[in-house]
Formats: sequence, structure tokens, C-alpha cells
Amino acid sequence: MSRDYRGKAAIVGMATAGVGEAPGFSAIELLGLAAVAALRDAGLSTRDVDAVFAATSSHAFPTMSVVEHLGLKPRFFGGTNVGGASFEFHLLQATMALEAGLCDVALICYGSNQRTAGGKLASMSEAQWHEVPYRTRHPITAYALATSRHMAQYGTTRENLADVAVAARAWANLNPDAFARGPLTREDVLAKRMISDPLTTGDCCLVTDGAAACVLVRAERAKDLHDRPVYFLGAGGANWHRSIQAMPDLTVTPAAESGPRALEMAKVARADLDLVMVYDAFTINTILFLEDLGFCPKGEGGRFVSDGNILPGGRLAVNTNGGGLSCVHPGMYGMFLIAEAVAQIRGEAGERQIQDCNLALCHGNGVTLSAQCTAILGSQAAL
Amino acid sequence: MTHTPTDAAGPQATYEAFLRSGRFMIQRSRSTGEYVFYPKVVAPSGATDLEWQAPSGLGSVYALTVNRDKAGSYNIALVELDEGVRMISTIIGVESVPVGTRVKAEIEGTGDAARVVFRPLAGAEEAR
Repeated sequence: MSRDYRGKAAIVGMATAGVGEAPGFSAIELLGLAAVAALRDAGLSTRDVDAVFAATSSHAFPTMSVVEHLGLKPRFFGGTNVGGASFEFHLLQATMALEAGLCDVALICYGSNQRTAGGKLASMSEAQWHEVPYRTRHPITAYALATSRHMAQYGTTRENLADVAVAARAWANLNPDAFARGPLTREDVLAKRMISDPLTTGDCCLVTDGAAACVLVRAERAKDLHDRPVYFLGAGGANWHRSIQAMPDLTVTPAAESGPRALEMAKVARADLDLVMVYDAFTINTILFLEDLGFCPKGEGGRFVSDGNILPGGRLAVNTNGGGLSCVHPGMYGMFLIAEAVAQIRGEAGERQIQDCNLALCHGNGVTLSAQCTAILGSQAAL
Repeated sequence: MTHTPTDAAGPQATYEAFLRSGRFMIQRSRSTGEYVFYPKVVAPSGATDLEWQAPSGLGSVYALTVNRDKAGSYNIALVELDEGVRMISTIIGVESVPVGTRVKAEIEGTGDAARVVFRPLAGAEEAR
């Protein structure tokens, strides 16, 4: 039995920077802009930070790079790198460190200039020796294989996949900050260029620039720093493999474990969630995670999305910012799941605001469906 | 404190040496009977008594994608060997095959370029 971390820390500052295109800025500069803005949102400055959590795919020692650029002297740091899922796990680690009294102000941050850097950005993801002779492409080969298996096993169709992209775009059209806006139909997605069967460019997330950061403090201090703190209620992780070659079943991700772990810690029932943010690197992700997190039975995800459930006004509010598919995806997207949950819980989401958003699930995906981390955030009313 | 000897070559180097000599070999635990791929120092069960064995070479396509880029197209498959383990490979002689297609391994290329590929089984072979 773990200690009770429910409601012990809260996000009191949240900001993004350079979402979309930010020419002329390096990754660490964008990260720095987001960090400073998040601290300002909490009425704090870089001088107040004593814990740093970060992961990127372009810095070997990301917390050190953050510390140096921002002039910090933290006494606690967490550089856990499980790809795009890192930040949901950092929420748990930051809460633990705060609760243990090992720090007072925790900064979680990410930044990338992946779009404007173009081909100059070298990913640190090393090739897997047993895949090299077959010229796999990271990461799309893995997701295409998972999609092919889901289609063969459950009858999921390319139309189902396209409907995920259409729903993401419909939400993005309500979000002025989303990078890809404008009409998008199922037929549009199906007609796009095939990259790795059965995935077209329309099934792939954006490649953008962008940074995001959040600031956590112990719950008792939260109200002094922001009038609408967003409380950490629970989180859980699971990791079964790295290469898709070693994934036990390509239709079942570790979200099937991380989700229940997070909900149990948060003492939250799935049906009570107001917002579900899932990491949609590819259209199959949304289908897999809705299934694994229990929003529909295994194998039914394709039909679930094609029945209109995740469109604006549908039964389940999913990826209301437009997701990685239409809003922002700068290499790792996990931090932006948190940004949207905070915006919705605070009631700052403008035209896309969902009513009475008190409980949000953020589901991060790392590398090739490898590590999955789920976090539950809530308003004061959810405590 | 135990000093673990490393006098014999590791699993990856051993696998690659087999390939260079034209053999496709995978690991199997003597005690549990489980097969391991890619080659490792320990099996998922925790067993370490791994020895090398030639697999039947037969398997099924578990998942498949055709990668398409300017240079052309080629398929990448996840093949499930009849021994129960999966490997990334390619199905030769065809652009694509359905998931579930029965395939047989062969070694393509020589020396450092040697790799295990799979060819779809013909109807009569498949029935055997």
C-alpha cells in the first residue's frame, strides 16, 4: 500500500511558449520562456525554484541544461526519461518530493524547436540492433505495425483511424492556439499520402516547435499562489518494452496498467472524469488508449470513435486542444496534455471550454507504445 | 560480491557470428523450455541457462507495414516464430501479405550483411 499522495500538491503555474513555429529560438530558450511564464503565473520567479524535472530528446542531461539556462540551484531533480510520458510521471515524482519535504517549489518543463530546426535536430533515440537490417523508421514503423495488428484482429478500418484525425481537427478549430486548423473530412485523411501502410500523413501527429512548463507546490500553499489551483490526485506508470519487437501484444498497451493505478491513487471512478487527454502521436493511439483506459471494450475503439463519441459535443471530451494531431507536437507532447487539463479545470479554455471541468485524466505515451504514464488532475471541488 | 565472468562472447555477438556462418539460431532455456529473441543474458522468467538452438524456421506474420519513401517501398514485418517469439524482419518476393500468412525463414546475404528474411509458404508447404 503506497502513501497517500492524493491532493498533496497542486499546479499553481502553467504556461506554454512557441506553440507552432518559433523561428530564431533554440529548444532550451523556448523551454526557458515557458518556465519563466509558468513561474510568473504563480507569482514566483526562477529564484524560488528548488526542484527541476525535465526530459527531452535532444539534451543528454536535460535538468542540467535547464538549471544552467535559468540560473537555478535546485536541491532535488528528476530526469526520468520515458519519452513523451515522462511528464505525467514527473507530476508524481514532484508530488512525492514536495510531500517528503525535499523541496518547496517544483518546476516541470519541456521545450523543442523540432519544426524550425528541421533536419538539423538529431534525435538521441539509438537504433535497435535487431531492427537495423530491416530499415525500420522510428517511430512510425512501430505504430504502423500496431495498427496493422489491430485491424487484422478487431476489424478496425482506415475510416475509423481517419475519424480520430477528424475529431482532433474539430476540436482544434475551436482553439486559436492550435497549429493545424481548417476543415478536415474523413475523405481528406484517406486521400493523403501513404507513408507506412496503413498510416497516411493524416494519421501522423504534427511536427511543431513548442515548450510548456508547470509549477507545483504543496497543497496548503497553493491558494496563496493561484486562485484556482489544479490539484494532483494520482498517477501511475507502466513499462513493458522498448522496441515494438518485444511488446507482448500489439493491441494492448501498458496503459491497461497505468490507468487503473492512477485512478486508484486518485480514488476517482472513470465515469466521473470530465476530460480525457490521451497522447495521440498517431491515430491508432487514441483508439488503443480509449480501450486500455476502459472507456470502451478492447477491440471496440474504432467503432467508438466513428460513432461520434469524441467529437465536440460527443459523449466523452477527448483531446479538446486538438491533440498532437492538430494542436501541437514538438517531439514529446506529454507536457501539453497537462497544459490543456489545467486550462480546462481553471475554466480558461475559451470556445472549447467544457462545462464544469473538475476532473481530468492525462495519459502520456512514451517512445513506441513502450512506457505509459497516467495522471489525474482535479479542481478544488474534486478534493 | 560476485565477479561475473565474461570470457565467452555475449548473446548479440554470438547470434551475429552464427548469422555470418549462415545459421539462424535462437536461445532456449534448458530448465524452462522458453525461447528468447532477440538474444539476451536472461529469459523473461529469470532463467539464465540459455543455450542455442536452430528454430524450425516456420512462423506467421503477426503484423506488417509497407514503408513508402522516395527511394521506393519495402515491407517490414513482425514475424511470430512457431517457437513463440517474435522478430522484426521482412517478407521477400512480395510487396505485402495479410497478417496471419505462414512464412519460412531463410538467410539472405553473406558475412556482415547476412540477415534472416522470410518467404511466404506455398499452399502445399503450408498444409504440411
